[in-house]
Amino acid sequence: MRSDFSTDPVPGAASPWCPERVRNPRTVMAVLLGRLAGWASRRLRIGEGAVISGRVALAVDPRALSRLAAGRRVVLVSGTNGKTTTAHLIAAALRTRAEVAHNDTGANMPDGVVAALLAQPSARCAVLEVDELHLGRVAEAVRPAVVVLLNLTRDQLDRGSEVRAVAARISAALARRPEVLVVANADDPMVVGVGRGAARVVWVAAGSHWRADADSWAPAGCPGPVPTWTARADAVDGPGGTSALRLSLPGAFNMGNAALALAAADALGVPPDQAADALAGVTSIAGRYAVVRRGRQAVHLLLAKNPAGWTELLPLLADATALLLVVNARPADGRDTSWLWDVPFEQLPDRPTVASGERAADLGLRLGYAGRRHRTEPDPVRALDLLPDGEVYVAANYTAFTSLTRRLTREAAGEVVGADPPTAPTGRPACPSRTGEGEA
Amino acid sequence: VTRDSAVRLAVLLPDVLGTYSDGGNATVLAQRLRWRGIPVEVRRVTSADVPPVECDLYLIGGGEDGAQAFAADWLRRHPGLCGTLRERAPTLAVCAGLQVLGRWVQDSAGHRHLGADILDLTTVPGSRRAVGEVVSRCAIPGVGSLTGFENHRGVTTLGAGLRPLGRVVRGVGNGAGGHGDGVLTPTVVGTYLHGPVLARNPALADALLSQVTGAPLSPLELHEQEMVRRLRLGRGAVRGAARVVGDLVPAGVPRRRLRRPGDRGG
Repeated sequence: MRSDFSTDPVPGAASPWCPERVRNPRTVMAVLLGRLAGWASRRLRIGEGAVISGRVALAVDPRALSRLAAGRRVVLVSGTNGKTTTAHLIAAALRTRAEVAHNDTGANMPDGVVAALLAQPSARCAVLEVDELHLGRVAEAVRPAVVVLLNLTRDQLDRGSEVRAVAARISAALARRPEVLVVANADDPMVVGVGRGAARVVWVAAGSHWRADADSWAPAGCPGPVPTWTARADAVDGPGGTSALRLSLPGAFNMGNAALALAAADALGVPPDQAADALAGVTSIAGRYAVVRRGRQAVHLLLAKNPAGWTELLPLLADATALLLVVNARPADGRDTSWLWDVPFEQLPDRPTVASGERAADLGLRLGYAGRRHRTEPDPVRALDLLPDGEVYVAANYTAFTSLTRRLTREAAGEVVGADPPTAPTGRPACPSRTGEGEA
Repeated sequence: VTRDSAVRLAVLLPDVLGTYSDGGNATVLAQRLRWRGIPVEVRRVTSADVPPVECDLYLIGGGEDGAQAFAADWLRRHPGLCGTLRERAPTLAVCAGLQVLGRWVQDSAGHRHLGADILDLTTVPGSRRAVGEVVSRCAIPGVGSLTGFENHRGVTTLGAGLRPLGRVVRGVGNGAGGHGDGVLTPTVVGTYLHGPVLARNPALADALLSQVTGAPLSPLELHEQEMVRRLRLGRGAVRGAARVVGDLVPAGVPRRRLRRPGDRGG
């Protein structure tokens, strides 16, 4: 079912402070106090203010999520990898037609979602990326029109979230919302399992190379779903024909994300060709895929958070003249670094490589066993100094990525950069040293 | 040490019990043999295969509940393999892989699922999940301290004749009292430690390999190995450990209040 945008203004879009449709006094107070907290946080340079404003709003009005979402056309984007990118792509497509509320910094817990909604009270549309562990709760509250399911693979197992349990929770949530249109990746085995149980589903062949979480041991199922949309190298096939698509973002996995975005946009009435033009204009996403000039180095910043993400990233690294791999294990990354052994680092291209981050030693050990020559330097900025000029590709996991981008931004602004205060490691080695064992 | 033929490593059910990256243990063993000039062959034995019984060393890793029940049934369907693991071949069993070698594993609904009955041990669900860094003192002479990351709800009780692989000084391990982790028999090295455990503890890897080669192995120097061990065994490791006050006791058993700061999720 296709539901085009209406041209009617959103009721109450007039007041920039509080939309008229938010009539509940408690919610009005939540919006005002939430915004005040966000403003204070930005003003005091504590943070971007998204999480704190949402948190305050939810504390004032626990039902703020559903009340702020009421009356909007909401797209939820969830899955293990590609949430932020795909949400940006969908938002770009929908912006060709309407104002869109969007948690664009990647704050994807309920507080971040609330913050996005209260920041743009007049937006008739909302594109919200949602942490896969919170999808059920958010879908219950915001009554989405479309839920996009990208993929479900192992991630942060120390949070107590084995992938099958996550899939079961999402299935249960979708069963309570039969009116939702699910846009699902037909190539991800776990998503196929969830999508089959949904009342309304559009299948997208978005590609996936990660198979290790599939139910290979379960009884053989029926043949895979027939996709309505298919990602190709430079185009997307849809029900109405093929749309040429020249993404600015690299990687086959991003063509898959784009195909899912086109299907979601189409469901909300944006024709694929028009959406494809908007997608092509998306270049960098919350710092991801950004290229930072640093002396004679062009530093390409790539984020990978878990073994599936790293595995998808490896083919991109072939374009590099040097590689910097950065791994932390803070709570937001998952404290268990075992997953390094699920990434086929044996396939890393043969380039000057430095293993870095707070878990540089664990990463370096893994590279050594993979037979890859490398150096080890926990401080990623110092590690960049060890690498030759040219195209340096940086692959980093979550907190390593955000910390490094912040430092590179400050460095570019001419400030003296020091490392973030260390959390875990003590007794860092004074100087990098070479491991030659891998050559044996 | 020289051998005419390659050392045959078998990774059992990597498609079923591969959730916690324990496949890395095979990577470590194979590479440590290659670096010493000893030929090695790694066989991935999936649920679709008939398991070989002639391999020199077997590895079985951790997985989710449903996968674990499947693995237990699969082992019980292959008595020849079970005989090999019980009588002859050195075996590394991690987490769920350890549990399924026992007599039975009880699920949270109270149902007992039969194991392969290779080891006299039983497992029941604990009151909460043990997640975090572990340090133990290994019972194998010369191996020293073990470091790893545990993530399980199992409380494993060893039979009277069995002893644990290590004495836990940080973290939970078997959780059944006595501060034990895993099990050590003439053929089986069992543990709750991921990491993978052999990547973090090369002495344990070489202890297993020397059982196969029949002689001590020449030392290997890996620069980061020392860093990893120092960071995980030193004071920095305290931060990540599962801080359970007292032993993890089975659900329903009267106990003092368990406290575990930072516990999120099940």
